[in-house]
Amino acid sequence: MTTKKYDIVIIGAGVTGAVLARELARYQLDVLILDKENDVGNVTSMANSAIIHAGYDPLPGTLKAKLNVRGNALYPKLCEELDVSFKQSGSLVVATSEDEKILVQDLVRRGKQNGVKCSYIYPRRVLELEPNVLKDNYGALYCKTCGYIDPFNLVSHAIENALDNGVTLKLNHLVTAIAQVDGGYQVVTNQGSYETKLVINASGVNGVKVASLLETPSFKITPRKGEYFVLEKQFQPLVTRPIFPVPSKKGKGILVIPTTGGTYLVGPSSEYTEAFDDLATDTLTLNEIAKHAKTLVPSTPMHQVIRVYAGLRPTPSDGDFHLEPLSEKHPNFINLIGIESPGFASAPAVAEYVINKYLKSRLSLVEKKNYNPLVKKYVKLNELSDEARAALIKTRSDYGLIICNCEKISKGEILDLFSRSYFPTTIKGIKKRLRCGFGKCQGGFCGPKIVTLLSEVLKKDLNDINYDELETNIIIKESR
Amino acid sequence: MISRTLVIIGGGSAGMAAAIKAYDLGVKDILILEKGRVLGGILNQCIHNGFGLQEFQEELTGPEFLARYAAMTQERNIEVWFEHTVLNINANKEITVSSPQGLVIIKAQAIIFTVGCYERSAGAIKLPGDRPKGVITAGQAQYYQNILGQKVGKQVFVLGSGDIGLIMARRLTLEGAKVLGVAEIMPYSNGLNRNIVQCLEDYEIPLYLSHTVTKVIGKERLEKIEISKVDANYQPILGTEKIYEVDTLVLSVGLIPNLEIFNNPKFVTSSTRGLLVDNHFASEIPGIFSAGNCLHVHDLVDFVVKEARIAATNAYHYLQNQNEVSLQEFAVLKAKEMGYLIPEYIRIHQSDTAVTFQFRVRFPILKARIKLLNAKNEVLFQVVRLYLIPSEMVSLEVKAALFLQNSEPLHYEVEVLE
Amino acid sequence: MKKLICIICPRGCHLEVDENLNVTGNFCSRGAIYGKQEVSNPTRMITSTIPITGFMVKMLPVRTKEPVKKALIMKVMKEIKKIVLDRPVQAGEVIATNVGNLGVDIVASATIDKETKQY
Repeated sequence: MTTKKYDIVIIGAGVTGAVLARELARYQLDVLILDKENDVGNVTSMANSAIIHAGYDPLPGTLKAKLNVRGNALYPKLCEELDVSFKQSGSLVVATSEDEKILVQDLVRRGKQNGVKCSYIYPRRVLELEPNVLKDNYGALYCKTCGYIDPFNLVSHAIENALDNGVTLKLNHLVTAIAQVDGGYQVVTNQGSYETKLVINASGVNGVKVASLLETPSFKITPRKGEYFVLEKQFQPLVTRPIFPVPSKKGKGILVIPTTGGTYLVGPSSEYTEAFDDLATDTLTLNEIAKHAKTLVPSTPMHQVIRVYAGLRPTPSDGDFHLEPLSEKHPNFINLIGIESPGFASAPAVAEYVINKYLKSRLSLVEKKNYNPLVKKYVKLNELSDEARAALIKTRSDYGLIICNCEKISKGEILDLFSRSYFPTTIKGIKKRLRCGFGKCQGGFCGPKIVTLLSEVLKKDLNDINYDELETNIIIKESR
Repeated sequence: MISRTLVIIGGGSAGMAAAIKAYDLGVKDILILEKGRVLGGILNQCIHNGFGLQEFQEELTGPEFLARYAAMTQERNIEVWFEHTVLNINANKEITVSSPQGLVIIKAQAIIFTVGCYERSAGAIKLPGDRPKGVITAGQAQYYQNILGQKVGKQVFVLGSGDIGLIMARRLTLEGAKVLGVAEIMPYSNGLNRNIVQCLEDYEIPLYLSHTVTKVIGKERLEKIEISKVDANYQPILGTEKIYEVDTLVLSVGLIPNLEIFNNPKFVTSSTRGLLVDNHFASEIPGIFSAGNCLHVHDLVDFVVKEARIAATNAYHYLQNQNEVSLQEFAVLKAKEMGYLIPEYIRIHQSDTAVTFQFRVRFPILKARIKLLNAKNEVLFQVVRLYLIPSEMVSLEVKAALFLQNSEPLHYEVEVLE
Repeated sequence: MKKLICIICPRGCHLEVDENLNVTGNFCSRGAIYGKQEVSNPTRMITSTIPITGFMVKMLPVRTKEPVKKALIMKVMKEIKKIVLDRPVQAGEVIATNVGNLGVDIVASATIDKETKQY
């Protein structure tokens, strides 16, 4: 028996790997995507600001600046094709002092150098756009192309579309060794090994660790933690576009951000951490975040917190994205790492860049005839009129039975997931896709119902239903 | 669109009690909308005893208490639509309802909200540390244990001394789990003494007052928690940390009225995070009433059904005389010692004989003089009460005649005597 | 000497009861009665659930018919855990008598039949 040889193995199903896999799916290639987690987009792509940055922030001339601006331009079409919520709301970078006003005007110039349409607007105009922003502000950078997305479904729909077009996905596959073999590489995982002509390392915060299985790169990646609050939906909008403070060396600062789900994010902090899996939140940092948010948007209702979380930025020691072969010795092991913010915004441009710059010269890229860039449309009852909702319930009664009461998600919408080429099998997976448990009760009511439903659909025992990773069964395995 | 005289949203104890009372007063066209498959709501999972002492002078379990109300509801042929979830309500009292049978819009002459409450989550208290599997609210643990017959853990710690937390400490112990302790950030328990004795002391489960969880540890599954003592400002005291190895952290850190179906700025929220109601349990939208735990969280179901009956009586009066004018209208401010006050707005009607105020104190008070004052700081009403504790509601009845000359805002003061 | 918290009213007096059942620390006479009873013969109602098969409902809530001696709680629980039911049952119906020879009867605290829906 000859083992199958893939054309490309992508390590990591975060946003970079997922969007690239989906782009590669248009060619006649055998593509395998490996991820160590029990769901796609489960690390940095799950815990971030969900902003599609415009590109006024990165230093002019960097790869980051170029790909951010290009990626932003690709987003409307990408989200249209993948049926993902994207609000191109624009953004404000608000000055709170005379000194900051100068910095904001510098930022406007930088943005223009990067090719981004943005301008300085006066304090009164700031308040017209966002009445809850600090009354005595000193004006702001206003950019119309910035926006925010549903980050969870961008990754999962990209994967779904990739799978629809022939890509293979293997979850819970942790890469433990990589060896150079004749004509490519052998990628060894905890669940078997795979031969491939070319490896794409898109393993995020673990990027250097994975590359070092072959050869230690010249740069390091240090996780930089960002903690966030999630605030309840409001009767009157708090803000309608991401509100930034003036950026500093530590990053873009503490933001107040609307989400596509109607809640608000406040954060992130910025602290280097030793551990590559340190997602703990702490009270002091959160208190500090709350204080900063209030200086920008004084009425931020910090008493209406429904969740706190932390994410890790894969911060490279030398600042820019690393999108290149590991070394001269390894032209077919290509790193796509060191991608901290703006990772989401850049992802489609990163895919385009790596294909044009490296893959076209290394593999024969022949387009498939039957490639379909569209995911099958999802039923999203909350976006429909009463009439359309009524009509759908007539066709399928499960659309009428509400399972998640906070977010008003029906049993039918949950069941729909399971007819997809890629579907989640965990409580968190369902939450990320449909928002069941994202509301103010945080799954207190719908959690047990979804455990029961998953056990029915997947034909598993109740105590085999995981919260997230393998062996995170909510119900323990013990007889009466 | 269909029309109904009275629509009751939520078929728990408050909803059933309201429906029964309204029916007995003569409102025959009643519809209960229930999102679940059975009547009784959360009482279905409260299999412990202690219900009904006030109502039936008997100590019943939750299922026994609800069965009596369900029987009274059925005897009257009061219509209940199960698996019907309210999606929206507008100011014209048109209710959009989703169910497997379809989408229906119901035009109601009067509505009573009895949708209960939900549990404060780990995120809402900014629980520090990791977010592994194994951190679960007491109500969820109760559902898994009592409804599905499934266990959530073996080594358990409870954060918060709310009554459900205490009840679950006992329940999980009886089912074979080891409950290592209960931590309460306040210097006093938030649960009833009876539950401290019968759920903790009986099983030698320690209660750590002025303690809280300062770190959750465990990447995927809960492994350990760190508990610290807190100072008078509820800040952790360094050096007092203790580590417990547990697979489950049960949270009993508060219940919040479930306001989510009121996503309409016209429904003004009150200090309980429930609906703003007056002394008739009437909201700012004429004909919309609220009672039970979706208004303020009660200590006993007996008080829930009592309140629901009063709300139903007022709904009946509203249906009889929709244009009744108030003799006087004024706001009432709570005292700083009160956690909340119901009602915060008063409308005196011709038929009113008394106004009932309900509140909870924010900390235990042995003896207090509770005074209701007007804008000139003249005392209109005062009463001395003993043994006020946060875990028990206080109810005061004030004669309506006292308010006939008043149109100014009033305020409460609590004078701590002992 | 036994120390206990009175549960009769919210005051929660800290009672001390000596060998001769003399109660101190009580604010009122009801506390003395409670203290005596709680030390000489403390009893508790036990509530639990048992599996019921063949119905939509998976668990039947049960209780002891009468409050039982506190010392017997764990023994009674052990007996309750042995019970399984596969027939319809009425609330109030005794489903097991004199379990484990402890003199305790177990009663259903809900009615379950073919029509009963799962909560």
